[in-house]
Formats: sequence, structure tokens, C-alpha cells
Amino acid sequence: MGEPLLELRSATVDYRTASGLVPAVRGVDLRIDAGQTLGLAGESGCGKSTLAMAVLRLLPRTAMIGGEILLGGENVTDMSWGRLRAVRWAEASVVFQGAMHALNPVRRVGDQIAEPIRLHGKGSVERVDDRVGELLEQVGLPARRARAYPHELSGGQRQRVMIAMALACSPGLIIADEPTTALDVMVQAQVLTLLSRLVDELDIGLLMISHDLSVLASTCQRLAVMYAGRIVEQGKAVDVLRAPRHPYTKALAAAFPTIGDASSRLSPRGLAGDPPDPSDLPGGCPFHPRCPSVLPECSGTDVLLRPVSEDRTSACLLEVEP
Amino acid sequence: MTQGESTLLRADDVSVRFGAARAVDGVELDIRAGEIIALVGESGCGKTTLARTLLGLQQPTSGRVLYEGKPLPTGNRGLREYRRHAQLVLQDPTGALNPRHSVYEAVAEGLRIHRVPGDERALVADALSRAGLRPPERFFGRVPHELSGGQRQRVVIAGALALDPSVLIADEPVASLDASVRGEILALLLRLRDELGLAALVVTHDLGLAWNIADRVAVMYLGRIVESGPVEQVLTAPSHPYTKALLSVLPESEGPATVLAGETPDPSRVPTGCRFHPRCPLLAAGLPDSVASRCRTVDLPIVDGAESGVACHAVEVATAR
Repeated sequence: MGEPLLELRSATVDYRTASGLVPAVRGVDLRIDAGQTLGLAGESGCGKSTLAMAVLRLLPRTAMIGGEILLGGENVTDMSWGRLRAVRWAEASVVFQGAMHALNPVRRVGDQIAEPIRLHGKGSVERVDDRVGELLEQVGLPARRARAYPHELSGGQRQRVMIAMALACSPGLIIADEPTTALDVMVQAQVLTLLSRLVDELDIGLLMISHDLSVLASTCQRLAVMYAGRIVEQGKAVDVLRAPRHPYTKALAAAFPTIGDASSRLSPRGLAGDPPDPSDLPGGCPFHPRCPSVLPECSGTDVLLRPVSEDRTSACLLEVEP
Repeated sequence: MTQGESTLLRADDVSVRFGAARAVDGVELDIRAGEIIALVGESGCGKTTLARTLLGLQQPTSGRVLYEGKPLPTGNRGLREYRRHAQLVLQDPTGALNPRHSVYEAVAEGLRIHRVPGDERALVADALSRAGLRPPERFFGRVPHELSGGQRQRVVIAGALALDPSVLIADEPVASLDASVRGEILALLLRLRDELGLAALVVTHDLGLAWNIADRVAVMYLGRIVESGPVEQVLTAPSHPYTKALLSVLPESEGPATVLAGETPDPSRVPTGCRFHPRCPLLAAGLPDSVASRCRTVDLPIVDGAESGVACHAVEVATAR
């Protein structure tokens, strides 16, 4: 197998604040090969979006990246700005959540899709127009919609435009940050089907972020679950969803019920408490104050990710004791 | 069925038009005391307009809303009095709360507007603890940014509970919340129903939510209820092709997904015949000519949301056979 598309080695991100460094990502190892899809799950504040944006260094100035982030073998953390500009869009691109805010409301969507193509300086004006039309058709919109303004499109159509833009420079990797949040079920299904088809046809890698495990499992081959800046469980998507090992993954998986499952009928399941404040993490396992299966040792032992079965890793003391 | 007696809130052939748009186009729906109803459908299907109409925030163009058998009052005073009994819970608690008001102020506001007699401090504390914010005194002085998303939604719910309503109308109450918090808020709605007999109409596009907490579900498409009935029946054995399609695209659903093309069509151009026919997978797959022509030309009778019902020509033919 060749070079991985994306490889993270002990990646960390700290934010500088008035009261000191706040760790948002605390040592993450990940790998995505061409044509592979990885879902990154977790709640607000767990560091998943920070981690994804760190791949292209799309973070505020206060963020400090540590460890290695290798995009096609090149370390993003020490790239020059010029090189970084060349890599953005062309090697990896981002589909942001909330397409209404990510698109410029006063420019035609065709011009916005054309922008990265022009920036990367390929082809004459007509060639660019053709490419925009081709991209729109690829995402299931008629080429003439290039002349539309964002407000003339529906939420689902805008998200398709965002995907077309991400594909514009034929990147090897797409990072999709909550691409279907705020969309209706039917439109969500359309967008997810589209993403899966494109990943398949174009043989690109996909890193998709969401708080909904079932959405990730329907689109991605592998799943990584993040809590308090670290990955706490990783494995094949279907297995992680159906048979979660880490108590946090279990709670996330139970939050979205399966219709027809008698045990969840009139019995919604959540998780008491709130995600921890990154500037004030609890000692030991950071999940222990909310953990339904907490042991006395948990408050004093920080457990790192370790293999628990074939192709599955989990960071939980329960998994260490047989 | 002991209809009438226990019916708290009723939409009686309600239509709401905005110019040419038929946002709500003939809806019959009952909310009975102590029951939770999920009103599901895609954006633009009219579910939020219907909810606003039930609260008296929107005048129906035709038809009427009945509370305890009497039409909603029209004057400001009468409506204010009515809204003590029917309280609204919005989707985004951050937008619903004034960022500079303390939790105490947020909950006390409704009590003051409605001039509720009694010890204000005790009423606020009681509402907060019923919404699961305990001990309530600890939350009095906090402002919204000091609270988590789940706590903010509890404050919004406490504000509603303070007025001792008989029905909550909640518009996507968990859509903006994290996965783990979602279950907690849904459990709260269920507990309020069990302990206080509080009825609720939950407007949502989330069928899992309906499965989690609702007794009955009404599926809305382009201004009409197209299927309604008990949750177990509608969600595990759906009859209407639209309900079937909605269930088939859920990420965890086992069978093949029926992904409908396009989005909810324009309410100002409601198709003739069955309003769903241009997107209907049953019709596209081929129906006998006699049925197909009815789908294209004959409008369906209104489903009474008080009972089980389906608005579909193909289902009608299949059950008559």
C-alpha cells in the first residue's frame, strides 16, 4: 500500500487564552488511505472540528498545533503559507456545515465554485465555465444553476454547491464537517447518497464529522469516537455502532433510537451531565464523572487507546480487566 | 372512543394561506389531555404554521382552533389568558433566552406577565426543579452563557412550566442539542407527562424522537396530514408511501432506501389529485390505470388526526379489496 492520504501522529491542538493554554486535541493518531472513509463522532467541544480544521490549518491564530499531520506524506504543521495555499482545495478541501453562512450571499454560486479553480490557475475562461457546469451536474444540479444566488437555492441545493466547490480542484481528500446537520431527513439522505457515490466514483478519501453515530455509520467504513480531545474508540463503523465497547460510545449509540426497537420505546436515553470543560478536565479518565460503569480506579487512571479485539481499539479500564 | 371529553386542543378543518401559498390546507387534529403527539414532516410542509395557529399566534384563514371545546379567543387579553394553558417551547434555547437576563428573571417573566398570584420565588424554584435544575437556588443568578445547551433548554421549559400549562407545543425541542443531552430533554418531557399529565405536541422532522416519546404521530405533507395513528402502528407498519419513504431513508433502516427526488414542493402550487403524486414511488413504479388516474386527478378526503387514517388512493383500493 502506498502513502496514506492523511496520517496524524500524536496530533495536539492547544488554544492560547488569557488564563493559559487550553488543550482541545490531546494526542490523536489517525490514518486515511485513498478511497477510505472515516467518521469522527463526538459532542460539541470534544475537539472534533478543531482536529479536522487542523488538517488544513484553518484555525484561529491562538491555536498551536503539535505532533505531526501528514497530508500525502507532507507535514502540514511546518508548511510555508505558500505551500499551504497550494495544498488547500487541491489536495484536501472542506465541506462546511451551514451552507447558508459559508457561501457568499451576493455572488452567483457558479462564480464561487470557479474561484478555487481560478486560484489554482488552470485553463481559460471557457474551460472554467465548462468545469463548473460539469461539477454542478456531478452533484445532481443542472449546469444552468451556476447563475443562481445562494438565496435562490434550497438548503439541500446549497449543500450540493458546497460539495461541488470542494470537488473543484480534484482533491484526494474531502473533510465534511456536519454536512447534513439542519437538513431534513429526505434531503439528508440525498446528500449522504451523493457523498458516498462521489467517494466511490472518484476514489477520494473522506473524513466526516458528526454527532450522529448512525449518520456516520451509514456513510463511512470506519468510525472514531472522540471525547475530551482524544479518541476513545475506533473500529469498523458497523461494529462500533452495533456493539460499542466504550461506555461513552454506548451512550452515543443509544441516543438515537432504532425505530421498532422495543427497549427504546417511550424510553429515551441520554447521558447525565455535560461534556467537560477543556480548561478544567477531570483527573484520571476524563469520562469518569459521567460514566455509568465507573470503577473506583477510574478517577486515578488515565487510560490510553488500546486494542480490545480484532480491528477495534478502546480507551477504558473495563476493557483491561477480563 | 371517548372523543370530546378528554380533547384538550383541537384543530377543526384549519387552513392557513399566505397569498397563494396554502401553508396549512385543511387539518383535523386532536390533542388529548396527557398525551404526546409528534407532528412530523419536512421543512415547508406547514407543521410550524399549524403549531403557531394552535397557539393563537396565527389566525386560520378558515376553520377554527378549539381549546376545551371552545374556540380560541381573538382579543389580546383573551389570547394572553389562553397562552397560560398552551405554552410554546422553541428549538434554539440560546435564541429564546435574553443573554442578559438571569435564569430567575427568565422564569419569572411569564409569572409577571400573567400576574400569577403567590410567592414568586417559590414558584420559580418549583418550576426550575420540575425542569430538572436542582437545587434551583444555585441557578437563580446565572446567565445563559454560563449554562450548557441542555441546561438552557431546561430553563426555557421551566419558564413554560411556571405557568402551570396543560399543553406544551414544542417546535424541534432537541434539534440544536448534542446527542447525549437530547435523551435527557426527551426524558424530561416524558416525565412531565407522567407526573403532571402535561400534554404535548412536538413538531419535528425526527422520527426517532416520535418513537422515543410520542403516543401518536401525524405525518404532514404539503399542508395536510397524510397519515396518522398510534406510533407503533405508523412507524413500524406505515401505510402511506410518503411515510414509508421517510422511514426507509433513516441511516439505521435495514431495507433499501427510497430516496425521493427534490424537496417538499411549493405550497403555492399544490399538485392536483393526490398532492404527493408527482413524487410518489408507488405511482412511479406503476399502478393499475384506474388507480393511477385517481392519483392524478382526485383529491383525497381529509384524514382526521384524532383517529388512524391514511390519505392514499392506492391504500384505499388495497383495503377495499
